[in-house]
This record gives sequence, C-alpha cells and structure tokens, in this order.
Amino acid sequence: MKDFILPPKDWDMGTPLPRATETVSLKIDGFDVTVPAGTSVMRAAMEAGIKIPKLCATDSVEAFGSCRLCLVEIEGRRGTPASCTTPVTEGMAVKTQTPRLAKLRKGVMELYISDHPLDCLTCAANGDCELQDMAGMTGLRQVRYTPGDNHYAPTTAGSLSLNDIRAKAPDAATNARYIPKDDSNPYFTYDPAKCIVCSRCVRACEEVQGTFALTIEGRGFDSRVSFGAKSDDAMHSDCVSCGACVQACPTATLQEKSVAELGTPDRAVLTTCAYCGVGCSFKAELNGDKLVRMTPYKHGKANRGHSCVKGRFAYGYAEHPDRVLNPMIRDSIDQPWREVSWDEAMQFTAARLTKIRQDHGRKALGVITSSRCTNEETYLVQKLARAVFLNNNTDTCARVCHSPTGYGLGQTFGTSAGTQDFDSVEQTDLAVVIGANPTDGHPVFASRLRKRLRQGAKLIVLDPRRIDLLETPHMGDSWHLPLRPGTNVAVVSALAHVIVTEGLVDMDFIRTRCDTDEFAHYAEFISAPRHSPEATELLTGVPAATLRAAARAYAAAPNGAIYYGLGVTEHSQGSTTVMAIANLAMLTGNIGRPGTGVNPLRGQNNVQGSCDMGSFPHELPGYRHVKDAETRAIFESLWKVKIDPEPGLRIPNMLDAAVEGTFKALYVQGEDILQSDPDTHHVAAGLAAMDCVIVHDLFLNETANYAHVFLPGSSFLEKEGTFTNAERRINRVREVMKPKNGYADWEVTQLLANALGAGWHYTHPAQIMEEIAATTPSFANVTYDLLEEKGSVQWPCNDAAPEGTPLMHVDGFVRGKGRFIVTEYVATDEKTGPRFPLLLTTGRILSQYNVGAQTRRTENNAWHDEDLLEIHPFDAENRGVREGDWIRLASRSGETTLRATITDRVSPGVVYTTFHHPDTQANVVTTDYSDWATNCPEYKVTAVQVAPSNGPSDWQRDYAAQADRARRILPAAE
Amino acid sequence: MSHQATTAEPGEIRAIIEAERHREGPLLPILHALQSRFGHIPEAALPLIADALRLTKAEVHGVVSFYHDFREAPAGRLTLKLCRAEACQATGANALAASVLDRFGLDWHGTTPDGAVTVEPVYCLGLCACGPAAMVGERLIGRADAARIDAALAEAGA
Repeated sequence: MKDFILPPKDWDMGTPLPRATETVSLKIDGFDVTVPAGTSVMRAAMEAGIKIPKLCATDSVEAFGSCRLCLVEIEGRRGTPASCTTPVTEGMAVKTQTPRLAKLRKGVMELYISDHPLDCLTCAANGDCELQDMAGMTGLRQVRYTPGDNHYAPTTAGSLSLNDIRAKAPDAATNARYIPKDDSNPYFTYDPAKCIVCSRCVRACEEVQGTFALTIEGRGFDSRVSFGAKSDDAMHSDCVSCGACVQACPTATLQEKSVAELGTPDRAVLTTCAYCGVGCSFKAELNGDKLVRMTPYKHGKANRGHSCVKGRFAYGYAEHPDRVLNPMIRDSIDQPWREVSWDEAMQFTAARLTKIRQDHGRKALGVITSSRCTNEETYLVQKLARAVFLNNNTDTCARVCHSPTGYGLGQTFGTSAGTQDFDSVEQTDLAVVIGANPTDGHPVFASRLRKRLRQGAKLIVLDPRRIDLLETPHMGDSWHLPLRPGTNVAVVSALAHVIVTEGLVDMDFIRTRCDTDEFAHYAEFISAPRHSPEATELLTGVPAATLRAAARAYAAAPNGAIYYGLGVTEHSQGSTTVMAIANLAMLTGNIGRPGTGVNPLRGQNNVQGSCDMGSFPHELPGYRHVKDAETRAIFESLWKVKIDPEPGLRIPNMLDAAVEGTFKALYVQGEDILQSDPDTHHVAAGLAAMDCVIVHDLFLNETANYAHVFLPGSSFLEKEGTFTNAERRINRVREVMKPKNGYADWEVTQLLANALGAGWHYTHPAQIMEEIAATTPSFANVTYDLLEEKGSVQWPCNDAAPEGTPLMHVDGFVRGKGRFIVTEYVATDEKTGPRFPLLLTTGRILSQYNVGAQTRRTENNAWHDEDLLEIHPFDAENRGVREGDWIRLASRSGETTLRATITDRVSPGVVYTTFHHPDTQANVVTTDYSDWATNCPEYKVTAVQVAPSNGPSDWQRDYAAQADRARRILPAAE
Repeated sequence: MSHQATTAEPGEIRAIIEAERHREGPLLPILHALQSRFGHIPEAALPLIADALRLTKAEVHGVVSFYHDFREAPAGRLTLKLCRAEACQATGANALAASVLDRFGLDWHGTTPDGAVTVEPVYCLGLCACGPAAMVGERLIGRADAARIDAALAEAGA
C-alpha cells in the first residue's frame, strides 16, 4: 500500500475485516488473540501487533496466496501454510518466526530480487517500497543466483520510458523481455521492469474499482501486468485512473508521477475531498507545505479507502497560475481590473453596498452561498444576508440541483436528506438508479455499488441513456428503462401502478408506518388504468413488459434501494418525481433498514451542508421556515438583530429583479452562475444590470466577467471546516497549507461583514460550529472534538442520537406517519415540434467536474478536453452529421456549436451533452422552465435541432470577446 | 489443425461468437473457433468477445495470452513443434532444437520468410519413451532427428 506514514491503526492488515460477529480465540507466538470468525491468520497476527512478511496481500483485496512470504507454522498441521489464505480456528497455535520459516522466506526473497533492478537509491519508491521492507524484514543479505534472464533494461540502472529509450539508449532494448515504462497516464507510470507480479493492482482494479482494466498477460516467467490488450497502454485501455492499482502496488511499478518528481512525502494531514457529494476522506501527503499526493484514507467511512481520478489526482488547480491571489476592483465591468489591498477592496465594497442600501433599500442586496465551501463558511454567508443585509435574499446552487429533493422528501418523510449511509449498499439486493450516472458523477459510490452487483444484487436503471453502470462486468440481472426525457413521473408512477394493482404492496409496513387514509386515496389514484405501463408506453418509450418485470423485481427484493440524481430533480416536475420515488419506497416497505432507502446522490461536496446551513431564502439553518417566530427568536437573541419574517429571493428571482432594476448587489461565493445556471442570456442580463457584483472565487470565472469586486478564495487545502456529504456525514476539512491568497474564505466573509460594521470576531471555524450547534437541533451535539474522536458523524447528532444517525426513519418517519402524495404526470411546456424535434438532456463525465473550473485546470483534460454532443446514428444520418463533425445545437433560447459523437447509447430523438467547458456554454441552449415547487431549472429537457456547422455561433464569438475584455488586469500601481 | 489465414471481419467474428456463446464457459470454445477460422486470435475480436460475455478486453487478453496455443498472429502453413521437456532434453532435444533453428535461421515462435514453417517449443508430447519428440502439423515424430523432421516437412508440403 502506498502509505508509509503509518500510525498502528492505519497498518495494512493484509486481508479485509470479515463481517462475522462471532469470535475465535487463538495463540500467535504465544500471545492470546480474539478476532471475528473468518479472519485470516495474517490479520489476526497484525491485530496482536505481530507483522508477518507479505507481498501479495493487502487489506483492500481478498487474500491471494501467491507470494509465499507469509508462511507460518501451525501446531498440529503439516507444512507451512500461507497465513493470508488460512482462516483462524478456535484454539489454533501459530508460530510466525522459526528457523524453517526464516529460511523459506529468505529463499523466496532471493528469487524475487533475482529479477528486480536494484536501483533503490534512485527509485521513486525509495523508502516507500514493500519489496525493500521485506528484504529488510527477512534479513536478505545475498542473492545466490548469478545474473540471468530478467525483465529490466540491462544497460542502465533503473528503467527508461519508451521515449527515453528511443532517444538515449537504443541498445538498451536488446533484452527481449524488457518492456519500457508506460507513461501515457498523466498522473502515474507503469514500469513493468519493477513488477513482482503480485497481482495486487489487477485485484484492486477488479475488487475495489470494478473496472477490470488490468490483467496478467502471459504465464510463468513471461507474466506481466497489462492494461487492456496487447496494443493498449494505460491511457488507451478501460482504465479510469481511479488510482486503486497505484494504491495497491507494493513497489514503484505503479507510481505517482508527483512522487517521482517531488520525492516521498514526510507528513500527512487527514481531510475531505472537495469534489462530489460522496465526500471521500483523503490523506494529503506533504513535504513541508508542498503537496506531494492525495491518498484515499482507508478508515474514511464514505469511501473505505477508495478514490476516483478527481479526488486522488486532480488537485493541481490549487496551484494553477490562473488562480487569482490579490483582491481586485473596478468601477464598471467594461474597465480592466485593478489589483488592490484587502483593506481597499473591503472599503470599496462596503461603500458601494452601503450606498445601494441607502438608494434602493435593504432588499436590493443578496448573497449566493457555495456548495463547494464549508458548512461554517456557508453559515457565515447566509448570516451576512440575514444579520447584516437584514433580508433573506440568500440562495445556493442547490436551487439548480437538489432543491426538489429537499421539498419532496420533506413532504413525504419529514427530512430533506438521504435516508442511508453508503455502507448500506453492501446489503442491497436490488438497486434502482434513476436519473443518475454514478460511474461518472459519483465514482467511488459506483464502485461500491458495482461490487454489490457482482455479488448478485440486481439493477434497474431509469435513464434516457444506456449508462456505464449497465455494462458492469460480471453483473447479474439488470433492466434498463430508457425513458424519454421529461417523463419521469409517468414511469415512476407506472412502477407504482404495477406494484399496487398486482398486489405487491407491503401492507404491514403501510399499516404501521404510513398514513393509511392517504394511502387509500393514493392507491385508488395510482390504480387508474391511465397509469399502467401499457397506457404510458407510447409517451415514455419504455416497453411495458420491461417496466412490469422491473416493478416486480423491486417489490420482490428483500432489500431494495433507490439512488437518484439530477435526472430526477432538474425537471419541471422534479419535486413530483421525488415524491413518486418516496411513494415507491413506502409501498414496498423499503425504508428504515440497511440495504434499502431513498438516496439522493448529491452533486457537490457540500450541497447537503449548504442546504442544512440555511442557504435557502425561506429557511433558517436546520430547515426551519423564516416565518416561524420561535426559530427566528433563537437567532435574533444571538445575533442581536431583527430577522425578516418574509422569505427572500431565489436566484432566478434575484436575476429577474435585477433586470427590473430593484436588485442591485450580489455577493457570490464559490459559484459560477453564468456558466451553471440555465438560460445564460438571462443570467448575463441580470448580472450586467447590477451595481455591485462581488465574486469570491479561486479563479476569474465566467460570472466574474460581470463583477465589480473580485475577492480571491482559498482552496479546500487551505482552511479548517467541515463538509456534509450525501449521507449527511459531517467530515472534517483540515488546513493542509496556509491560504495562498492570505485568508480562508470564512475570514474573507468576516472581513466583509465587519467592513459593514457587523463586529464579528470568530478566530476559528470551531467557534462557528459551536454557534451552529447551539442554534440548530439536528447539529446540537456536533463539535470539532467529537469529529476528532469519531472521524465523522451523520446528522441528526443530538441528545437523542449522540453519535449521529447512519439510518433514518428506522422506527418511524421523522414527520410521524409516512405520507403518500398523488403524483399526476403533467407534461413539461418544453415540447418538441417541427423546428426543434430532438430532446437535449445534459450530464457530466468522470474526468471533469461541474463547470470545470477546477478539473479543466488539471491534467484531467487528457480525457475530456471539449464537450461533445452524443447523437443516435439514425438522427445523425438524417442530418448528414458524421463522427467528429462540428454541429449547431439550437433551442428556443439560443444556440451554440460543438462537435458530435455518434452513439446508440442515446435513443433516437434524444441528444446528450456535458457542460464542463465554458466555450461550449451548453446552458445558452437550456430554457428557463423550472420545477413547479422549487424553481429548480429544467436542465434535463430542452427541445433542440441539430445541424451541421462550420464554426462558433455568434454568441460564442461575442461571448469570447466580452470575456477577454472583462478579464483584463492592470498591473498593480507602483 | 487446418486453418486459413484471412483478414478477420467484425461481422464474421460476431457470427463465430454468437455460435458459441450459449455454451457453458463459452470463452475457450469461442477462442478455439476463432483460431480455427483465422489461424490466430485477431486483437479486434477481444472487445467483441468482452461485450458478448460481459467481460472486459483485459480479461479476455489475460486468457488468450495465458495459453501459448492461442496465437496473436497467423502461423506459417505448417507448425513444427519441438519438445523441450526433461525426458527429451536427456536424449538430445536441445542440440536438435539448436540445429533446426539454426538451419531455418529462426528463434522460437519464428516463421520462415516464405511463410512455410513456424517453429514452436512444446513441453511434453507424451512420447517420453522415444525422445527427442517433435510434431509436424498433426503428425507426431519419435526419435526425431534433422533428417526425419525434414522428411516429415517435405511430406506435408513445406
């Protein structure tokens, strides 16, 4: 394991911890040990603090028994069994060190070393190499074999990359067995010369990641690890660069390029990834304050030691030259930026805000909190609006993603959050994935789900596209319901119709846990023939027989779990679909147990937290309505202000009001609304109409083109705080290095508040968390000390649940009785017609994240450097579009151009693209239709036309010119 | 084994996969069928097999490369296998192999420039009592020497 800075609790235990609850006692070297049944002798020894030499075993994968180094003697048994593959038995007596074992181990090590280049001093794994450690541990002092057949370049110490070989040492390749280093992946190298063929990487790719991109090719002495087939390299194989193989490799065979360049790190700080809502725990490993690598933390409760290409490798943006480190101001957006001191920036901003408040009233100001920032920072930003601006004009990017989740689950269950922890997936018998693409959007969760699918769990996918999850290697039964975009409610209701009319309902659950009157009403509604799969087939495009089979499978599964994403929420009926999903879970009693539940896959690292922290204009922290006088009183007494009892403006309302001239100032922390929000033209018009737009971000993002004040932000590596992931888990974020811009984001917000006379004096985010805990019942017992002790906790965490709440609604729903709500399908107003005959839906890709502000500034572009339009071969042929052609994508809102890729992954009539690149601006095309309950925009359905094109649209040209003008920075005055 | 080296069309590969995929443990039968048709396992077949069996390209490659009899490129018209196992080595197999390879100007697995003969090592042909053993096409040869091998090759039309 690439992990040599190890306190004992982080030791590699060799084999995984078994699930068993019964225990077995044995003696190892005379010491008594008690471990769960099924534990390996190797792991039991580690538990007793006795390390057994090993090479092919690591605790992230099942035992393999190939290296023959971990041999032990067991009293009463013949021979020397491998301790990794031998399970403990009651009363067993094991010896780990005997002269016979020492001799065997030395012999094995000699054989390994006889085919290993001994260039340790110049090797990237020097000091972090298990082969080196084992040579030391077994006391290897000589290798008796004369140099013979081997796999490394004979003329050089170490090994060279293919390019080096060609350039510098053409003769070095005379060893026919020598395979040059594969450096095609931007983040790690594969050096076959150093491989000891322990198969840890192959097994990690299979067992941990589930991609099966690696294999051992050949046999015997010819065996080598291979990415894909013979002519593939790492980059041109199925490899998704998750890093599991690198993590598992005991030598420098698979090695991070950053370590090769910067050297082995000497300290580690535990923190939380700032990409998606999975919230993986990582160790940031450093030399001084130089970040050398990020490695997934095996005790992280969300990721259990796994990672994806973003969290593990794509952190380079934090040091990207584009990052702005000094505050900047300008009087109007047609001027160039002027770099100023923090003081001057704050005075300038405060003066503008004060004037706007005088001229236009307190309601002309607002804030947008960031789902990328910490809970503490979000809390302060909404506090700025409520306690300093004295209004409720606060909103957050959750408006455009999971606001329907908040509403829908709040109405039916009583909380606006997922019901399970991620561990729950290990007990699922059937997973329903709706409008989510976990292998790209939530990769670490996808790996955990895939593991369960390989163990036999079934899969139902509701998605217009055939997502990668449906192509999981070694998976069992699956059903794909390829619905037309916009028909979620009809399809989910049809599933419910089948369950109710075929008598598959869990009546015991409904009688005890749900409101039965409402159920009766709902059952009558849903039984109507118009909801049947046969009746809706024409509308939804889902074959009735497939839908019925899927509904029966979900109802029959002992534990059925629903996971859903933005393909559910970002619709005009987003909230209705969320409620339909809740109905489905209640109908089948799939709530309140491990392996079941309704689980929104939250998009951003802290979107759950930003909602929890009162970012919405109608809710104070903890989802309490601003109209509620008791809640207001809690905050009023603490903040010593009067809180406005009227809900404030949502993002779209702010923009509308700006265009009307009544909304003048906006503080946007860590969000790029111009690129991420729908109908870009309207967003641009709103921003341009304001007098003071304050952008607080790492980079001059697209929104900053319309800003008057730019406050440089700090990266997640530069601050203390907490993120709350999709399973309500509050994870610590720790300061790995000092903020390059001078201040952590919470400090910047405090500076701004104090410039307006607020008089805040927080000196550490822990104090902000104290204030959150004191005012918000679901966070009542959360303290930094508790997080230090437990690693993380899932809210609610209070006197009723002092250690947090992994599963919700176990004995009863938070709201009391579960509530069935009728879900009538209403077609969106966005309709296809002769001019716009195709439906566009949008999504994301593994290597890029959201608007790409971070990932585009890393080597991840090697995988995806432009947005592509996926189009079915039938539609492409009709339009004369060929693979890679430039096309014009037009809707009623606008048009853009991008290149096309032809695939039958989308159905005829449906096209798909991502929105990671600002030059594409997919949101120029999306409309301003939105969810009826929450205004969540309808990103997922836009009627479009596709036509061949030969260059950028007018808008793209104008936009690029405006952006270039708006990004000019004057050199600082001398 | 009679096979004919031709370019592998995806359509034909798919048809061969289809014909075998219903079998229990279909991977090896598919590979045998492909090799029998094309004289080797074309790399283009790997993703198609992977798709059909819900495996990955890497897994199929692992299996193909494990078995020496599955070839990555077509062999010559005739395959000459020379046994290198212990019993044959004891009766002079190494010297025989050296002289055969030398005469053809080949290394192991090599094919003569005219595409006539490929020389392969093999580890035991079950003829330990009358080593050194060899095999020309499907025909076994005991107490092999250069002359007997030449005769067998000539007879087989090399």
